Amino acid sequence: MTVAAQPQAHPQKVSLREPPSWRRTKNQLMTVLMVLAFVVTLVPLGFVLVTVIAKGASIISWSFLTSSIPPPVLPANVGGMGPAIVGTLEITALATVIAVPLGILGAIYINEYGGKGFLAQVVRFMSDVMTGVPSIIMGLFIFTLWTLRFQYSGLGGALALACLMLPVVIRSSEEMLKLVPDSLREGSYALGATKARVTVTVVLPAAVGGIVSGALLAVARATGETAPLLFTIGIVTSVNANVFSGSNTSLPSQIFLNATQPYDGAQARGWGAALTLVVIAFIFMIAARLVTARFARYQR
Amino acid sequence: MTQVDPAIPAGSTSPLAHRRPLGDRGFALLALASGLLVLVVLALIAISTSQQAASWFSAEGLKIFTNNWNPAANQFGALAFIYGTAITAVIALVLAVPVSIGIALLLTEVVQPRLARPIVYVVDLLAVVPSVVWGLWGILVFAPWAQHVYSSIASGVNGIPVLSFLFGGQNISGASFFTAGLILAFMITPIVTSLSREVIATTPSIDKQGAYALGATRWEMISGVVWPHSKGGVVGAVLLGLGRAMGETIAAALVIGSSATITSHLFAPGYNMPAVIANQFGESYGVFRAGLMGMGVLLFAFTIIVNIIARGVVERSARRARGA
Repeated sequence: MTVAAQPQAHPQKVSLREPPSWRRTKNQLMTVLMVLAFVVTLVPLGFVLVTVIAKGASIISWSFLTSSIPPPVLPANVGGMGPAIVGTLEITALATVIAVPLGILGAIYINEYGGKGFLAQVVRFMSDVMTGVPSIIMGLFIFTLWTLRFQYSGLGGALALACLMLPVVIRSSEEMLKLVPDSLREGSYALGATKARVTVTVVLPAAVGGIVSGALLAVARATGETAPLLFTIGIVTSVNANVFSGSNTSLPSQIFLNATQPYDGAQARGWGAALTLVVIAFIFMIAARLVTARFARYQR
Repeated sequence: MTQVDPAIPAGSTSPLAHRRPLGDRGFALLALASGLLVLVVLALIAISTSQQAASWFSAEGLKIFTNNWNPAANQFGALAFIYGTAITAVIALVLAVPVSIGIALLLTEVVQPRLARPIVYVVDLLAVVPSVVWGLWGILVFAPWAQHVYSSIASGVNGIPVLSFLFGGQNISGASFFTAGLILAFMITPIVTSLSREVIATTPSIDKQGAYALGATRWEMISGVVWPHSKGGVVGAVLLGLGRAMGETIAAALVIGSSATITSHLFAPGYNMPAVIANQFGESYGVFRAGLMGMGVLLFAFTIIVNIIARGVVERSARRARGA
């Protein structure tokens, strides 16, 4: 339009813009579709977050966060999710203690010791594959290996979560170790250090920011997992502070139970538990971002 | 002891001196053991779950692939669940893949890096929302609403050949194959997006500039340069999404409708393997429990195969991208 109007005012000006053609229209159409693809993902995300915050915030109070879990028929103002919060924190912490050191050591094996060797490549490939194993399989696995012998306990759930976290920690730590420049390693070898000493005192500290942030992301994922806990931790309605014995419970398990309850009170507690869980997962994710921003010396 | 090793310091004659110190070797062993742990765990999963499922496979034989799941009558055919797993995974892929590739292209080819960062954060948020929260929202908020939408779609397509085959039917429910597939689609979008983005970002910029220099529009550049370059890797990313969609449990268990039926009607309630394991394992016993465990074995085998193929495809295309 403007192109057509311009020539009278500036007769000298030559428009280099192509006239609207099918090629340009198609280009614009596709760009719009790409933006639309992003907008489409915003809709469900926005709906879920708004619903969880709106419904969860109306029930969450100090007593909700600390009280025992009541029978589902009771109204929303009775009881809370205290045992589930304690259980989630205990189980996730224990899973972290199990999976993160082993995962970092595994990554050290792949990157520092195995190198391009066949075994290290197999381990690397299989940990990639293991990240795709469904979480419910880990639950069944720990059920047959552990729960059948030692009964329900928080430890069983932690083992199942640790199986899920292990490959994720291995892969993220390995990526970070790969970024540490070889000159650092060579410098310390030149000072006469052994390989273990080089790895522990030079390579790991150089990569620690990225490793911690990867581990935190794995923890954020594990916090929200329900399926591995279904058959491994059992169920309780009062706080079980001993993660090593006796049945336990967790926020995801409670949400799963309450989602299928017909009672308003139970559903309201489910929403409260969902908001608590999402907040905990977000805290870990934000912590991961902060650690990356603050401590990561080498970035991808 | 006749030869003198120049590497051994003059003072020490012990042959131990040129062996690495104990702590050093111990650490190497520890790292090796942790690396092997991955292989050990995978092997243990396969062995222990198959053992538990053995009585199902031996009691039912090939009847495990029939469509009659009736624990009360001791019939344990799993076909309906296998069908449900396939159909929900296909729905999830059909919905998620175009969106994911669109976002990946938007991030790599269209927007400034400054703008790409917040978009990545937002897409990653989809992955941070736990599966059970998607399920809670799906069953309490989305399904009642979807019920009306599905009903009006079903009456709208009534009589149209293909559409009424897929979207028609009498047994319309808010909790259905389609709802499960849709929620799975939300959940796999982040991983398919981030992997596709990594592949697409490896397109050499010289190729892209060449296309622009020939007068191509951005879309012509994408379809002529970026797509041929990243096709393989994107296929790998889609396969990884397929693996995730097949194994995702809790959201599906809540919104799939829990009815072991085989039907072409996507708005009808159904069931899939992870969901039936999650819902029925607690009350199971004997062959019933072995059957559920056996579906776990099938699921493990499917996802391992899909993941091995996917990782292989991704690695090969990454190697080719580096080599080119």
